[in-house]
Amino acid sequence: MDKAMTASLIDLRESRSDMPSTRSLGALTDPEAFHSPVDVTALSNDVSLAMLQDMVRIRLAEQKLAANKRDRVIGGPVHLGVGQEAIAVGVSSALRPTDRVFGAHRSHSHLLALGADLRRFFAEVLGRDTGLSRGMGGSQHLWDQPSGFYGSVPIVAGTVPLAVGAGLAAKMQQSGDVAVAYFGDGACEEGVVHESLNLARTLDAPVIFVVENNLFASHMHISLRQPLESTARFAVANDVPYAVVDGNNVAAVAAAAAELTGNARVGGGPRFIEAVTYRWYGHVDWREDIDVGVNRSQDDVQNWRLRDPVQRLFGGMLAAGHCSPDRLEQITEELGSIVDAAWELALQDPYPGNAALMDRVFAGGDQ
Amino acid sequence: MTGPLQEHSYSTAIRSGFEYLLDNHAEVFVIGQGLWSPWYVGDTMTDFDKKYGVDRIIDTPVSEAACTGAAVGAALAGMRPIVVHPRMDFMLYAMDAIVNQAAKWSHMVGGQASPGLTVRGIINRGGEQGAQHSQALHAWFAHVPGLRVVMPATVADARDLLIAAVLSPDPVMFIDDRWLYAQTDALPAPGPVNLAHQCPRVIRAGGDVTLAGSGHATLLASQAADELERQGISAEVVDLRVLNPFDATVVVESVRRTGRLVVVDSGWSNAGFAAEVIARVSEQLDPGVLRSRPIRVTLPDAPAPGTIVLERRYYPTAETVVAAVTRSLEAPAPV
Repeated sequence: MDKAMTASLIDLRESRSDMPSTRSLGALTDPEAFHSPVDVTALSNDVSLAMLQDMVRIRLAEQKLAANKRDRVIGGPVHLGVGQEAIAVGVSSALRPTDRVFGAHRSHSHLLALGADLRRFFAEVLGRDTGLSRGMGGSQHLWDQPSGFYGSVPIVAGTVPLAVGAGLAAKMQQSGDVAVAYFGDGACEEGVVHESLNLARTLDAPVIFVVENNLFASHMHISLRQPLESTARFAVANDVPYAVVDGNNVAAVAAAAAELTGNARVGGGPRFIEAVTYRWYGHVDWREDIDVGVNRSQDDVQNWRLRDPVQRLFGGMLAAGHCSPDRLEQITEELGSIVDAAWELALQDPYPGNAALMDRVFAGGDQ
Repeated sequence: MTGPLQEHSYSTAIRSGFEYLLDNHAEVFVIGQGLWSPWYVGDTMTDFDKKYGVDRIIDTPVSEAACTGAAVGAALAGMRPIVVHPRMDFMLYAMDAIVNQAAKWSHMVGGQASPGLTVRGIINRGGEQGAQHSQALHAWFAHVPGLRVVMPATVADARDLLIAAVLSPDPVMFIDDRWLYAQTDALPAPGPVNLAHQCPRVIRAGGDVTLAGSGHATLLASQAADELERQGISAEVVDLRVLNPFDATVVVESVRRTGRLVVVDSGWSNAGFAAEVIARVSEQLDPGVLRSRPIRVTLPDAPAPGTIVLERRYYPTAETVVAAVTRSLEAPAPV
């Protein structure tokens, strides 16, 4: 049996200077580890089913984008997180619509896991007026504030300090809301991330820093960019309580998110989750990026696909008797139709009118 | 507005603007370095930490980028933050938050949200502080669509443009200048001000030449106009006040009447704001209306020197402006 399975899937500790885990992620970065089914005993049937459906819906939506980018129906770049779905779905299970979630260039899952409308998401990627950002932003500038998604931008780490401020606002407003900053291991190399951790801790801002450590920043493996592979060391450096989790185990992510978000809501200040994962496609668009000078092999990709968050959750649900063996196929077919229908509608939607170019520069009336 | 007038300096007028906003708008808070110290912001915020508490007047770690970004995020979440940078020079660490995030947010999200924060950048120079304690960068920020830029020159505007900036739903950069802090005037009680209605203003009528400027340059223009009046020359002074979006109508109409233009600016010459003023006038007036070439009075294109003898050569004075007007009046009309 997989030794790594007996290792703690959740590492929830108050930060201390003798933390060994922040020097290495251990088996979490071993492509051949963590293939076993998710332990769903902490999840009810309904919750595990909803999580499965969310992950499948997100995956099918992104695969729809991949195909249409390949076929040149989509013009702008799409940065896909296929394989990483469990992080957004797990974190979102601890969130509510009044929370303040910020993302980056690979944020389709962060948005969709909050319940954003699929057709309006597709329309945005296609630049249509019915899109979530009225066609003005595309894949990289998404918005759905009513669902809690305050925005995503492609400047790496650009929204991290914004999340700190939105969290500070929640504290001032005494609302019990939290802010969430989703970013990657590459973003951890931006100075503003370190400023933001320090600032959030100093001001006790209720912000959850969620690092999706997928071991790559564009074409470069983390071992070429940082001396150590665990980004949780930055939480330790700033006295921010943290968890390091298997990002492809939706139950583990959900449990960590529930605990840390719960702390933050009642005045505990910032928290940090490092979720280890892997993207199946390359940095941008639909190719796997095996042969473009990237330190990534076909074996690696195939092994990481065996750590599929969807298959592992389904396996756990079967083992626990939450559903029948054909359920995943059923879900995939149903959601496939829904995704297809949303795409077809979005394709017919109108573009913004010419006035949109100048009318939206200022909110307060032009002179 | 009725009621008794109150004496203010430019700096206490800023303080009065903060007070009005903090007293009347619970969602206003202030964040920045040096807010609890008597050094960094002069007397523009004295004792605010005691009056409003340190949770609302937040003196921060040395993190311009994160603090400005936090203000953007807090604004998106319904607050009205004012982020204070004691020097524009150090504010440059926050360029991404200002230019990429705040200025563009509304447009990028289809007009559905706008971070209505105010970024206060103070121009603080001279006294042999040197190049990195000196810059007036209003031209850079005025260039950015989506970022409103105001630069008060008068005591009244020091207060009222701050109020307008904070009440605006748009991101606004408010640029004040330590060299103006000693100016005094009597002001009526403060009230709400609509930024969208503010634009350049003639602050002194005249017929022989138009002097245009913003911030401290407006003061130089006014001082020059005093001297010119003693020489029998009538200079009209236009205070630009709002640099983005820039409505040049008042300047154009003034030059249409006077036929001569001298633009005074606190920044450098190349690609500076004086260039924009002259460009607008050139675009909107028929050839021949100008009776002599437009003239710019700016800093030379060099970083600020650290030694007093070169500082005296570096910074324009009222005399520099008077000399420019003299050249403008002596120059023959273009053929």
